[in-house]
Amino acid sequence: MDLHLQPRHQAFRAQLRDFLATHAHRSAPTIAGDRPGPALLAWQKLLLEHGYAGRTVPREYGGFGAAPDVMEQHLIVEEFTRARVALGIGNQGISMLVPTLLELGTEEQKRAYIAPTLRGELVWCQGYSEPGAGSDLAALQTRATEDGDDFIVNGQKMWTSTAHAADMIFCLVRTETEAPKHQGLSYLLFSMQSPGIAIRPIKTMTGRAEFNEVFFTDVRVPMTQIVGRRGDGWKVANATLRHERAYLANPGLLTQRYAQLEHLLREETLDGQALLHDPVLCDRLMQLQGRVLAQKYHAMRLLTAADQQREPGLAGLITKLQGCEIRYQLSALALDALGETGLLLDAGAHARAQGLWQERHFFDLGLVIGGGTAQIQKNIIAERGLGLPREPQAAAPAR
Amino acid sequence: MQDSLRSALARACTPQQVRAAAQQGAAFHPAVWAAVRELGLPALLVPEAQGGLGLSMLEAALAAQELGRVAAPAPFLGSCVLAPLALRHAGSRAQQDRWLPAMARGELLVGVALAEALGSVRDGAGVQVADGGRLQGSTLFTIDGAQAHAYVVADRAGGLHWVDAQAPGVQCQRLPGTDATRPLVELRFDAAPAQPLPHGGAAVIERLRDAASVLLAADALGAGWTMLERAVAYAHERRQFGRPIGTFQAVKHLCAEMAAELEITRGLVWYAAYAIDYLPEEAALAAAHAKALLADAGRFVARSATEVHGGIGITDELGLHFWFKRIDLDRQLYGGPQQARRHAAKLQGLISSTGHA
Repeated sequence: MDLHLQPRHQAFRAQLRDFLATHAHRSAPTIAGDRPGPALLAWQKLLLEHGYAGRTVPREYGGFGAAPDVMEQHLIVEEFTRARVALGIGNQGISMLVPTLLELGTEEQKRAYIAPTLRGELVWCQGYSEPGAGSDLAALQTRATEDGDDFIVNGQKMWTSTAHAADMIFCLVRTETEAPKHQGLSYLLFSMQSPGIAIRPIKTMTGRAEFNEVFFTDVRVPMTQIVGRRGDGWKVANATLRHERAYLANPGLLTQRYAQLEHLLREETLDGQALLHDPVLCDRLMQLQGRVLAQKYHAMRLLTAADQQREPGLAGLITKLQGCEIRYQLSALALDALGETGLLLDAGAHARAQGLWQERHFFDLGLVIGGGTAQIQKNIIAERGLGLPREPQAAAPAR
Repeated sequence: MQDSLRSALARACTPQQVRAAAQQGAAFHPAVWAAVRELGLPALLVPEAQGGLGLSMLEAALAAQELGRVAAPAPFLGSCVLAPLALRHAGSRAQQDRWLPAMARGELLVGVALAEALGSVRDGAGVQVADGGRLQGSTLFTIDGAQAHAYVVADRAGGLHWVDAQAPGVQCQRLPGTDATRPLVELRFDAAPAQPLPHGGAAVIERLRDAASVLLAADALGAGWTMLERAVAYAHERRQFGRPIGTFQAVKHLCAEMAAELEITRGLVWYAAYAIDYLPEEAALAAAHAKALLADAGRFVARSATEVHGGIGITDELGLHFWFKRIDLDRQLYGGPQQARRHAAKLQGLISSTGHA
């Protein structure tokens, strides 16, 4: 881990503070799962110009073209958090597809998709899970069959967040029906406006529909829209999943959430006393602060490894499990702090922060499950990280 | 550095030597201590001007991690870290020139009595300064004091003193303890002559607290890692129901949880160690959290790794308990996790410095 705050980093921090002092009033809150509005698009544009978004993406693809530098990444998160300013758009396209394309996309794909995605103009959704393929993702059944220069896609995806707002989908489909399940997949990019796509929202315990089912009926996709080689989709999908796990455990977001939680415990009173004066709540708050700090420096280790092109090994595999758990625990402590007021819905009398913590408490549990459940994460940590033996395969079910 | 330390210590400090040190009730294992000296660890934090290596806390933390891995019965935390730091921060130049060179060579062993200053006062312990700078009173849980030539002692007001172990009015008594690899002693002073370290005080005590917190955390990280590795090895080898127990998710997930709880702390431990030298305004908070996190992760790993072994795990013969008890000391010494977190809250003004309102 390279932690040296060299003079150039001190200059970088000064430049960041300058930027925030001048422009913070133009910032727009990040929204998950929706199309960015004009204010957020304008803010994103400003961040891209200054290199606080798309920082290490090459210039020819619409990024800022800076060399990777862990300390700079760290300072950006730190200073934006300190100023309570949102870090621009962090959707699935930017956080998951862009790094995947940079790693495995063709030159044409990089040129076509990365720049508009970074600008927030091109919104993506992820077509992975299916009703019969959740934890066992490689068992997916959505088919892509050849027809001239095209694939014809048929099947159903599930848990597709943002599908209703997305322009395009990165989608894992089965192209080789004879191959073993992990070797028969391909990773396709196609328009959500293609004929033959139907979307049905999945309402969750938050009361909103953050996810969708997506149905494909004879959807035509040019064969050039494949990322990686045909049949290599599992490898490409895993590259994306790596980025997804880092994205779901984003320490910048945890740091901001922690700050909000601390604020809540300072402000909220019980019997006329600030909640922080309750030694048990204070201890729980400090436990979470310690974990958030650990997650932050852990992320710096991973960034350092990535910059040096080293495989992070076990360290990379624990991020999602830990990050999503801490995120949930932050919301859970907030609910305990709110007591009965934590039972109230958004805008009603006595509700705090428009019911934000209540909604997070529901939504964040979904993140423990999504992107590979905590139990699947533990299998991965044990098998790939610690080298423990796989469970014996169950006999194939009778057809 | 970490790799070379690891391989050298794996050769120098075997589980048999850990057991031998425990059985003999020795202050340390002579061969292990010789290897630690050979590796230059006593010189790590001694400035070059006094014949040391002049390295930073990050190197000391990496060394602690490796010593924890092998549960080294060697006087490191007190004699090689806290004592040289106390002299560096609070000693006069003459005192530094007099004692640090021999400490760097590992010839001068120094016990460190900070338990009341950093942790809590038990059984009325405490040291007061009487006429002529003589010390009066007692101090518990002195680390590396069992065969020490001298002691660094904190008084009730936060002042620091150098006491010759042979001085009149000094009594050193072993406190039979659970961690056989790092014995603790009680010191009693009755008008014992002592030399004050002139720049001691609350600020130096806090710096020593940060250093101790990070080093104990690093030790627990290393010791925990050994316990996890042994659990994983056993899960491969032990068969029940016709297959290795590591194929069962109940066992596998326990191993994954141990790995996740330990590995997530590594960056913070390193950061806290680094901060002590280079980012002083962040050091205290990072150190307090490192101590608290490793106290909890350490205990979780210690008990879970033992459980993975089943009944064999609790036997003396297996010897896993040496690491279990090492992790206990890392957790309890100078205050457990609740105390570390209360300290973290105070540092940020979340609660008043006297505690909760």
